[in-house]
Amino acid sequence: MKSYFARRILQLVPVLIGMSIVVFSIIHAIPGDPATVILGDHATPEAVKELRTEMGLDKPLISQYFAYVKSIVTGDLGNSLRTKKPIQEEITPYLAATIELMFASMIIATVIGVNAGILAAWKRASWFDNIAMFIALVGVSMPVFWLGLMEQWIFSEKLSWLPSIGRFNAREPIEAITGLYMVDTIIQGNWAGLWDAFKHLILPGLALGTIPMAIIARITRSSMLEVLESEYVRTARAKGLSEIWVLYKHALKNAFAPVLTVIGLQVGLLLGGAVLTETIFGWPGIGRYIYDAIGYRDYPVIQSGILIISTIFVCVNLVVDLLYARLDPRINYK
Amino acid sequence: MKNSLQIVAEPVKVVAPKKSLWIDAWKRLKKQRSAMIGLTIVLFFILLGVFAQFLTSHPYDGFNTDKILISPNSEHWFGTDDQGRDIFSRILYGARISLWIGFFSVIGSIIVGCYLGLIAGFYGKWVDTIISRMFDIMLAFPSILLAIAIVAVLGPSLFNALIAIAIINVPTYGRLIRSRVLSVKEEEYIMSSKSIGMSNSRILFQHILPNCMTPIIVQGTLGIATAILEAAALGFLGLGAQPGEPEWGKMLSDSRQFLTVAPWTLLFPGFAIMLTVVGFNMFGDGLRDALDPKTK
Repeated sequence: MKSYFARRILQLVPVLIGMSIVVFSIIHAIPGDPATVILGDHATPEAVKELRTEMGLDKPLISQYFAYVKSIVTGDLGNSLRTKKPIQEEITPYLAATIELMFASMIIATVIGVNAGILAAWKRASWFDNIAMFIALVGVSMPVFWLGLMEQWIFSEKLSWLPSIGRFNAREPIEAITGLYMVDTIIQGNWAGLWDAFKHLILPGLALGTIPMAIIARITRSSMLEVLESEYVRTARAKGLSEIWVLYKHALKNAFAPVLTVIGLQVGLLLGGAVLTETIFGWPGIGRYIYDAIGYRDYPVIQSGILIISTIFVCVNLVVDLLYARLDPRINYK
Repeated sequence: MKNSLQIVAEPVKVVAPKKSLWIDAWKRLKKQRSAMIGLTIVLFFILLGVFAQFLTSHPYDGFNTDKILISPNSEHWFGTDDQGRDIFSRILYGARISLWIGFFSVIGSIIVGCYLGLIAGFYGKWVDTIISRMFDIMLAFPSILLAIAIVAVLGPSLFNALIAIAIINVPTYGRLIRSRVLSVKEEEYIMSSKSIGMSNSRILFQHILPNCMTPIIVQGTLGIATAILEAAALGFLGLGAQPGEPEWGKMLSDSRQFLTVAPWTLLFPGFAIMLTVVGFNMFGDGLRDALDPKTK
């Protein structure tokens, strides 16, 4: 098991190197000279030359790459072209906002998705199963940005139940400690703030969580269907255990491994979907940070944003793989 | 030698009569109600796109000051947008764009993915390592982000969005083909092809590839659904379709600010995206059950 862990972590190295090459290439793949691209066509030749020296563009490509990797490893992500501030400082609050949103979506998706999947499998071919799988089909086919807009229209405009923009009420700002406002308000004992942050989280969380929820429900259902036919489930039932105990304790335990893998893969969908959801809900997260940077052709921010999001994705999948190995003792990882 | 080749080639034709395989699959497919509903939806949108100019008398572009943000009525079924353009017409013409991007990006991904997957699976060793690592690296990026990065490099346009969507989906097909090749290449008929001196490329493209096509067709159908969603997302972010083009995602982002005053400008384009994608998903799921029952 230990050697599997070590091997799996070592496998990460070529992927991370490859990712850094791809991200590094973004600026060099743009047709034309990067310095001219950044400064625009009307820049003076002196300014272009100065930026070229500053960015190290006059050096060979390979040494530029190594300089880039060296700066990333030391935690220097460069400066934003728009704000001129170091990206590693600027990005932290955005990152916290995205992580909070992702947690909310993941909780919504997993809790509802897994339970709906279990119930659908248990009551196979019932009206619940049919409706749940129909909703799941529509859910995976839904453009996340449209769902977000429709939510805003129904729950904010028509019913005025929930706020549609931002992370908190602008008149009562929340003081950031960790940047996760749900956590911060609990630390501060600010219960009104907690309620406020929670209300702001519901609509974007639901929009972002819908596709993963649908996928998780589908995979849980098919995985449970397989397990429910096995003999030990019949034995458990024959012993007279309650259905809830059989479903959640006996069956789910064995059906959960594929579900876990899918949950891990959904993190990628969430991180990508965050760009769209955050744009719609005015959520000041990393997705919006990248979106705004595209408008300003702020390439260092685009590069760093993509690098950070992908690194998170890769790490989450590493954790999922390691959990999987622990969860399923039948798999021999030698 | 020439004689023995013919003898080997003859019985193969008898064993695998091509026609009945597809007729068989169609028979199984016909029994699946949801697949047929999906196919109907898909055909419906294809017909809408093809006959767009006959189905509506309103132009999809231009600027009409007396018809700004009219709510749905008997003349403008889906209402008009902030430029006074008929939304129904724009959705019809938008069907062309979405289906075109969905279809051709998937074809592109399949061609490149199949080629790389075949080579990786067949030759193995370092070729496989390099190609598989390349796929791993591409899959390490959330797909829409990789598409954003590619479009940021190429510049925003519909065609570049198509290219980006094709590129990000290459590993999906590449991996699928590779794993199929790994099992197919151990089959006896491949060994016999080798033993009669058939060239590698002929074995790859005439014997191995046809035996890998079923999962590719299934995945490709489901892939069109994903590609349409991705194209709409890029359009929504302003990285795909450009102003004026009646692309569904772009229509949504253009009308975002009218959510309160004119919700119909957002309702119909989004619904069109969803319905098309539902169609392809239902059809793809049905195809999988009919063609490839093992991989459910």
